[in-house]
Amino acid sequence: MNPVLFGILAVLLIASALGVVLSPSPIRSALSLVMTLFFVAVEFLFLDAQLVAALQIVVYAGAIMVLFLFVIMLLNLQEEPQAMARLGMRAAAVVLGSLFLLAVVHFFAKPGIGTGTGMAGAVPATFGSTELLAETLFTRFLFAFEITSVLLLVAIIGAVVLAKKTLT
Amino acid sequence: MTAVPINWYLILGAVLFTIGAIGVLVRRNVIVVFMSIELMLNAVNLVFVALSRQLHVMDGQVIVFFVMTVAAAEAAVGLAIIISVFRNRETMNADELNLLRW
Repeated sequence: MNPVLFGILAVLLIASALGVVLSPSPIRSALSLVMTLFFVAVEFLFLDAQLVAALQIVVYAGAIMVLFLFVIMLLNLQEEPQAMARLGMRAAAVVLGSLFLLAVVHFFAKPGIGTGTGMAGAVPATFGSTELLAETLFTRFLFAFEITSVLLLVAIIGAVVLAKKTLT
Repeated sequence: MTAVPINWYLILGAVLFTIGAIGVLVRRNVIVVFMSIELMLNAVNLVFVALSRQLHVMDGQVIVFFVMTVAAAEAAVGLAIIISVFRNRETMNADELNLLRW
């Protein structure tokens, strides 16, 4: 991937992510999040992950965000005058976040992660294809896949029960 | 064409994760806190896919598949809890939801 293109995409990605956190109205936050998810999907495409990019748009930007927007509109959430926490809390969050970022970047900036040709090296033509992903998923990750089905079942039942019952 | 080194992707993921973490801490609206959590999950997904490309193995992409599943389950249950809480307390403000505070 071209470094200039990466830079443009990174700026757009960070700007839309900041939009999620900073915009006072929940609807705008949700739409900024959709934009962020799309930019992440574009990054996936450049990283030879076509299927994951498609899933990102269909599952995340499609299904999950529709759920978010539905709840925001169902509860009729408006722009709030005091969307943010207290000033002290905000300052503490930014300071802690910056410290965390410094620590992680210090670790991530080291050269030579992994061996071999890395990002510059060519991958097989099937890399990121549905076929190869399915093969990995249904052999080495088969148990995790089956557990996922149980998790989804629990989530479906839990969501129905929780949304139905009125607490006293 | 020169390839972008893996470190750039990792740092971009770290920046996204930090924005999400700060969002969880500073926002009061529970739904926006939820969206910030999705932001953090996406940052981790980006790092997984980048490392998958760097090491030329598919494992990272398969893990992203699982992360998306967990995110979908979390969003469904979490939003159900939010609806249920809103019905009873008529508020979305995380500071006012202190029933469990000791």
